[in-house]
Amino acid sequence: MPSYIIRRLLLLIPTVFVALSFLFFLFFLLPGDPVDLIVGGADRTVDPGVIARARARYGLDDPILVQFKDYWLRTLRWDLGESFLNGRSVNELLGERAVNSARLSVWAIIIEIIVGITVGLISAIKRYSIADKLTTIGTAAAAAVPVFVLGFVFQYLFAVYPNQHNWPEWARLRTSRLGPDEWFLFFIPQGEQWRYLILPALTLACVSTALAARMMRGSMLEVLQADYMRTARSKGLTERAIVVRHGLRNALIPVVTLIGLDFGTVIGAAVLTETVFSWPGLGFTIADAVGDRDLPVILGLTLVVVIVYALVNLLVDISYAWFDPRIRLGERGKS
Amino acid sequence: MRTRSVPAKPPTSEVLLSVQDLHTTFKTDEGDVRAVDGVSFDIRRGEVFAVVGESGSGKSVTSLTVMGLVPTPPASVEAKGIFWKGENLLESSGERMRKVRGKEIAMIFQDPLTALNPTHTVGRQIGEMVRLHEGASKKEARETAVEMLKLVGIPRPEKRVDMHPHEFSGGMRQRAMIAMAIACKPDLLIADEPTTALDVTVQAQVLEVLLSIKDEIDSAIMLITHDLGVVAGMADRVMVMYAGRSVELGTVHEIFYETRHPYTLSLLASLPRLDQEDDEPLVPIKGSPPSLLRLPSGCNFNPRCAFAKDLCREDDPALRVVHGDAHCSACHYAENLAGVGVEAIREAGDLEPVET
Amino acid sequence: MTVIEPTGPSAATSAEPGVLQLGEAKPLRTEVWRRFRKNKLAVAGLIFLMLVILAAIFADLIAPYGFTDRPLPRTYRAGPSGAHWFGTDAIGRDLFSRIVYGARVSLKVGILATSLSLTIGILLGAVAGYFGGWLDTLAMRLTDVFLAIPYIILAVAIATLFGRSENSIIIVLGLTGWLAIVRIVRATFLSLKQLEYVEAARALGFGRWRIITRHVLPNALQPIIVYGTISVGTAILAEAALSFLGVGPQDPTPAWGLMVAQGKGDLVSASHLLFFPGAAIFLTVLAFVLVGDGLRDALDPKMR
Repeated sequence: MPSYIIRRLLLLIPTVFVALSFLFFLFFLLPGDPVDLIVGGADRTVDPGVIARARARYGLDDPILVQFKDYWLRTLRWDLGESFLNGRSVNELLGERAVNSARLSVWAIIIEIIVGITVGLISAIKRYSIADKLTTIGTAAAAAVPVFVLGFVFQYLFAVYPNQHNWPEWARLRTSRLGPDEWFLFFIPQGEQWRYLILPALTLACVSTALAARMMRGSMLEVLQADYMRTARSKGLTERAIVVRHGLRNALIPVVTLIGLDFGTVIGAAVLTETVFSWPGLGFTIADAVGDRDLPVILGLTLVVVIVYALVNLLVDISYAWFDPRIRLGERGKS
Repeated sequence: MRTRSVPAKPPTSEVLLSVQDLHTTFKTDEGDVRAVDGVSFDIRRGEVFAVVGESGSGKSVTSLTVMGLVPTPPASVEAKGIFWKGENLLESSGERMRKVRGKEIAMIFQDPLTALNPTHTVGRQIGEMVRLHEGASKKEARETAVEMLKLVGIPRPEKRVDMHPHEFSGGMRQRAMIAMAIACKPDLLIADEPTTALDVTVQAQVLEVLLSIKDEIDSAIMLITHDLGVVAGMADRVMVMYAGRSVELGTVHEIFYETRHPYTLSLLASLPRLDQEDDEPLVPIKGSPPSLLRLPSGCNFNPRCAFAKDLCREDDPALRVVHGDAHCSACHYAENLAGVGVEAIREAGDLEPVET
Repeated sequence: MTVIEPTGPSAATSAEPGVLQLGEAKPLRTEVWRRFRKNKLAVAGLIFLMLVILAAIFADLIAPYGFTDRPLPRTYRAGPSGAHWFGTDAIGRDLFSRIVYGARVSLKVGILATSLSLTIGILLGAVAGYFGGWLDTLAMRLTDVFLAIPYIILAVAIATLFGRSENSIIIVLGLTGWLAIVRIVRATFLSLKQLEYVEAARALGFGRWRIITRHVLPNALQPIIVYGTISVGTAILAEAALSFLGVGPQDPTPAWGLMVAQGKGDLVSASHLLFFPGAAIFLTVLAFVLVGDGLRDALDPKMR
């Protein structure tokens, strides 16, 4: 097992390297001067001082391979540069925004795991019942709804409508911006914070939860038909024991992978959710930077996202091996 | 045909299981499938009772019905009774059935790779039996598991106990499953095709294990198989099933040497023998088993029967005693088969023998 | 966003002997259709899809106005009325017509993008799964790299390269969508490769290519069909998201996602500008998901 982990960690490096280099070339090889990209297409004029600094700083007049080498040298020192737009250090920006995204994503994933797995489990056990049919429609709907539309629906229901009809303060939820930024133990919202957190978290969780529920249901249904379930029944176990002790662990195997893979979806959805709710996280920042062609920000933040994503995948693969002894790698041979 | 290498304990006459007129029907889109259509038999303490038949004959469904493992929405079960030690299991509560399962009647399934939980250790799966039925502690359960593994002849049981099923070879897995089934010393062990998924050499070993276990814990075995060779080596009494019905029932000697049903005879005739002449053709049973949705009129076997007469096509024969004390057959002409051997099948004109 | 449909733990069930023996085999297609028909949700989805497809094809006949027309009397941000069933947008265009024409955009992008990702995915997955070895490892590493890049970034880059249009979106979605299908195809090929009938075919001397196309691929079809259907839905969803972010087709193209973005500021006063296109996206994607689900249940030989 440890050798497996080390191998995977080492594999991380070339993956990240290739991914980012790919992006680097994509952006820097775009036709035209990168600086033109900033100016052209944007509706504002950029301070010539910024342009000059950028040129000097990034050696934008150097040949491409030199730029490439410089970029990586800088990045390895964790010097992610400064925003083309306002000169702020990307590191600083990163620190601020990443934290907000982390909080939001963590809650979305908690919801996804708890609600998704429970719902999937119940609908598999009570197949063909009303609950199951409702869940099938519900999860299909939740998987189909565009995240940003859902965000707007929530905004309308919980902000616009109450506003127009003068609901009391305590009944209203917040749909814009971060809020008082008060947290307990880093993740738990304090005071009024939860009003700001809940809608974006639900929106972000929506699609992933639906997918997790569907996956769980499918997986559980397959497990319920497996031979070893019949064996367990022949031993005289109660239905409950059979499902929980024998079925669950087997059914969770593919779901765990899904949650990991799904992290990519969460990232994508985060960009949309944060934009709709103006939640100042990484997604929001990247979306803005993309609109503004703010390259250092784009590349810097993407680097972080790529690394985190790769680490999450590694975690998932490790837990996958824990869940399914059949794939524990090469520890014991057969008789 | 194998003979036993260990002299067997003679079976007593205490009846443990008495199945009377069992019907298990499955409702499907295309109609009702009568998987088990009026089957009756008894199993006595300490005996090996074999149920023989082709795929689709209803032999597995019979055993599953006895255990109550057939889900009753798609299926419906009717019988005069399924009596276990005098108690009618069909009228038992779910709780009572759960107590019976595993503790008094245990089952071994055909494919141990899929029948054992891949994510639990073998020891845990064996131990689960005693923890559930005898309230054993984790430690005690583990000890029992090791003991059981030793009993079925698995080497280094203390190590094996912590391994997962996929780490065992086929034969070992089946032994592990046997170990699991006998953990609570059940009175009846149902073995559903226990050797079908195994190599021939391993088959013999597993059957040996079953026999020695039986004497060790004094249980009866209901052996379900399509392999007549296995039956010859192990069984005391045999029931032959065809298309959901029992067509012949008797001691192993009666079935093999005093056959009274054309189907049984055909089965015997189709067995290749070591002492055959080289150019003697193999004799399969022509045709294939009928669809359980569209059974032939009259006797179920008549389209394939070498001796079928008009009466066979009109009238459904009932199972009745045709020879000795309890040798039954469901054939109108059963008595005519006295003294008829397998050569008659081979010589019967209707059959197209396969050239070897 | 990708949907991964479960393959579940590979617990093969041994045949329950003696339970069912059917008479003649019915042709597979009618059997599948019969089972599909029983699933009311799937049928509803199919009907809705038919409507969408008809709307796309016959937009010129169905829509009362062109999607750039600004009909008189000029009304801006008007709510639904007799003259304009879905109201009008910020510059006076009929929303209903724009949504009908939008079906073309969505379907075009969805179908083309899915075709692209299926092609890449199947080729890559088949090669990786069947041949194994270093080809397999290479394919998997490639997948990892692509997985690591958030598709939004990729979308922006490609959009900048090729301009912001439908085609850019198709390329982006095609290039990112193959990830999930590769895994499914590869897994199917890996397991099928071991099956006995493949060995039998090889023993009979059939060439590798023939084995792949005639024997292995048809069995891999089931997950591909199911996934492909649902994938069109998710492609449409992704296209809407990218249009919303401004990376897709630009005005006046009536892309549903773009319309939602354009309606963003009107949440308070003219929310219909947001919700009608939003509903269009939602219902269309939902229909694809339901049909895909129905197909999966109908094609699965084990479900009864």
